[in-house]
Amino acid sequence: LFSGSMEPAFHRGDLLFLTNRIEDPIRVGEIVVFRIEGREIPIVHRVLKIHEKQNGDIKFLTKGDNNAVDDRGLYKRGQHWLEKKDVVGRARGFVPYIGIVTILMNDYPKFKYAVLFLLGLFVLVHRE
Amino acid sequence: LRKNVEDFTGPRERSDLGFVTFDITADILNGKNGLCEYNVVFFLTCLHLQSIFDWNVKQLFLYLSAEYSTKNNALNQVVLWDKIMLRGDNPRLFLKDMKSKYFFFDDGNGLKGNRNVTLTLSWNVVPNAGILPLVTGSGHVSVPFPDTYETTKSY
Repeated sequence: LFSGSMEPAFHRGDLLFLTNRIEDPIRVGEIVVFRIEGREIPIVHRVLKIHEKQNGDIKFLTKGDNNAVDDRGLYKRGQHWLEKKDVVGRARGFVPYIGIVTILMNDYPKFKYAVLFLLGLFVLVHRE
Repeated sequence: LRKNVEDFTGPRERSDLGFVTFDITADILNGKNGLCEYNVVFFLTCLHLQSIFDWNVKQLFLYLSAEYSTKNNALNQVVLWDKIMLRGDNPRLFLKDMKSKYFFFDDGNGLKGNRNVTLTLSWNVVPNAGILPLVTGSGHVSVPFPDTYETTKSY
């Protein structure tokens, strides 16, 4: 998890467990992971509104718990809703703070080298 | 209090915008579920949620959502209000005359004359670590919208 927009439930560095069963209906209150066209980093927010047709076509709106407004401003220009195809997964569970290591390694290359160095030491020392 | 207003700027076409004022009474510590009273002008829900604030519950994400069907869409769900309740917060809610936090827009004009709009209180249990279940409380309340739009501009 990269940002604090879902605090206090989740914090930067928490590791989420996702499922992505297409048959799972999208309903309000659920936490979905979605991607916006043209953006690399997926967003993890809660479903605020859904409008679903008889045939299963659905359009929905999301919002981060910690944000004052919904995500419409984040979507692509002219895009007002998300659709099933934008969904990458559904958050079913999580473990706190584990991912902070990968985030620190990304933000601070020296930390990454330190971790790799320590790992290397660890392997050497335990080679029996 | 229910009003339906025509022609409020939305994503594209004119869509119905509903106004609902509500009270919420919920007692999260005690273990009884029940619907207490329904009044035509405003509704009062008495929800006694089970004691779920155990050692692994960090917070509850509560949300009041409206669910209904329209000609345009078989299923619509709109969150009207939400609240984060941390472990340690007062588990008894006694909120009166609440206005909805989020605009209750329909996708189209399906609120007009819709007698079957149901409000439900649900919550997402956020643990310290583990599964994230979504629970719906018992005690649905029906909010029938009038057949005509409100013409006065007093929201």
